[in-house]
Amino acid sequence: MSFVFYLVSAMAVAGALAAVLLKNTVHCALALTVAFAGLALLFLDLDAQFAGFAQILVYIGAVAILIVFAILLTRGSETPKDGVYSRNWLAGLAIAAAVFSVLGWAVLQSAWTLPHETAVPTVTVHDIGDALVGRYVLPLEIVALLLTAATIGAVIVAMHEKGGAK
Amino acid sequence: MTPLAGFLLVAALLFAIGLAGALTRRNAILVLIGIELMLNAANLNLIAFWRYSPHPEALTGMMFAIFSIAVAAAEAAVGLGLVISIHRHAHTTDLDQMNRMKG
Amino acid sequence: MIATMDQIFVLFEHWLVAFLPASMQPVATVLLSVAAIVCVFPGLFALTVWLERKGLGRMQNRLGPNRVGPFGLLQPIADGIKSLTKEDIVPASADAPVHFLAPLLLVVAVFMGFAVLPMGRNMVLVDMDAGLLFFFAMGASTEVSVFMAGWSSRNKYSLLGAMRAVAQMISYEVVLLLSSVAVVMIAGSLSLTKIVEAQNHYSGVFPNWYIFTPWGLAGFIMYAIAATAETNRSPFDLPEGESELVAGYHTEYSGFKFALFFLGEYLAMFSISGLGTTLFLGGWSAPFSFLVWIPSWIWFFSKLMLSIFVFIWMRGTLPRLRQDQLMNFAWKFVLPFTLLNLMVTALWRFMGDGWERWVVCSAILIAAYVIMGRVGMYREHFGPRRYRYAE
Repeated sequence: MSFVFYLVSAMAVAGALAAVLLKNTVHCALALTVAFAGLALLFLDLDAQFAGFAQILVYIGAVAILIVFAILLTRGSETPKDGVYSRNWLAGLAIAAAVFSVLGWAVLQSAWTLPHETAVPTVTVHDIGDALVGRYVLPLEIVALLLTAATIGAVIVAMHEKGGAK
Repeated sequence: MTPLAGFLLVAALLFAIGLAGALTRRNAILVLIGIELMLNAANLNLIAFWRYSPHPEALTGMMFAIFSIAVAAAEAAVGLGLVISIHRHAHTTDLDQMNRMKG
Repeated sequence: MIATMDQIFVLFEHWLVAFLPASMQPVATVLLSVAAIVCVFPGLFALTVWLERKGLGRMQNRLGPNRVGPFGLLQPIADGIKSLTKEDIVPASADAPVHFLAPLLLVVAVFMGFAVLPMGRNMVLVDMDAGLLFFFAMGASTEVSVFMAGWSSRNKYSLLGAMRAVAQMISYEVVLLLSSVAVVMIAGSLSLTKIVEAQNHYSGVFPNWYIFTPWGLAGFIMYAIAATAETNRSPFDLPEGESELVAGYHTEYSGFKFALFFLGEYLAMFSISGLGTTLFLGGWSAPFSFLVWIPSWIWFFSKLMLSIFVFIWMRGTLPRLRQDQLMNFAWKFVLPFTLLNLMVTALWRFMGDGWERWVVCSAILIAAYVIMGRVGMYREHFGPRRYRYAE
């Protein structure tokens, strides 16, 4: 496992840790952007160029901006008076640690059955396009419908109500 | 430890961090940040298994990950719309204070 | 001889790299190309700063800078020295790390975009299969830096300017992407070198550039509008208009950091114009088949400078659009038109060669433009101006 993998994983994990630990919400969102970038680089390390660039375009270019807008629209950048961690934070931490230990144990147990070296897959964008309108055309259409429904739904949910509740 | 095991461990770690964030923070938006991290960790798992699979030309893992990215973006939009709408109603995004069903 | 002039930079690079051992040669090639990009484009930036100030001055019936050197040609050097020696003021309540990183992120993201532009025959830094997607991914990363700059300054004007800029950029990003998808549909590849090669043919004397097709012309116009809005240039420069918002999201930046923002904005203009020439204007191919002997990189940079001149011309001519007018324009006119353009492109592709497809596609696009224009202007009443006086 190369030096690049260690460096990029460290960047992704550091970004993720900062995103859940920092007090200032906007700093959390920016640390999340760093985690997304680290993940995109991990995808590129795995020879999945299309997925890596799509990750940057969608997550950093859209989802991170969306999160930041939501923080600013809900006054999240002011420090709350009760602290930033909820009352039962210890239980949450314990559950997360338990999940990680189970997953890590499963991976390390089966590490000897996993393939060590495989040939680099040569995937062109043309193949992805062929797959999307060939074998995966039904998921493509369903995702299109889902995105339309999500767009309309998000607009309706967040719209100002006429009169109604203040 | 094989390269695949390394990627899977990183994905598990990111998933656990996202889960911890979603369970321990008060602000609803930070819970959504944790959820996005969990989805990203699952994507990393998918791509890692695709890369080291016996038939990567079938593109199954890559397609799954791309659809997952699209669906996660849609879900983030709807979730954040909900958070904004709740803030407009309750004037707070603190989840510990939303402990009653009556609005 | 012609081929040598055309490939002169490539040959020069090969000659330089041959001095090194074989193991270091790939890395040295890439480093040399990166150094070339980092030297050439900021040099063009200096030229553009001069051109803009002189050009705007002439359009506004004044002289522009004419004191520093002949015709003011050394003005960019004076500007550079000024911005490097000015005091770097960071507001006391500003978020220091984010404030520091914002211009860095902008310049890094913009420079990365140059990596996939084919600047001449065989003159692309990285020939990626998904080159266009990479370019747009880097363009999307600039929005985060704009937000970081505006928010970290802890200044209402900066934050407002940043929010407006980000909203504008994400709206027009969709338009940019969709107008490029039309080109991808016809060229059959996301790789920019293949897109240029698909346009490098001549039917008689005239080139097969995509701008000379109905869908290409419509796509190019949409792309140009979106490019002007993406780089916050007039008439879409409300986020940084001096009379509205002081200086928008870079209000609190002084000295070298401001110079970096300035550089980043102009480099973004260059890279988006470069992509526009690659997609629609044939990249490095010559406009007429009898002009092929002129080197390809001269054609690329000429088209680039022509686009920059059009940007400057628009800045000097058109008034600024208000934020809501700009957003309405994007979502209610340009985006539906771009979607229609996609369908017309598909129609073009499947109608086969002949004069019918020219007539049908042009008719659909012109009819749509007229109808959408009429519908959009239906409620607007342009009569004599009415005045209200205070009682």
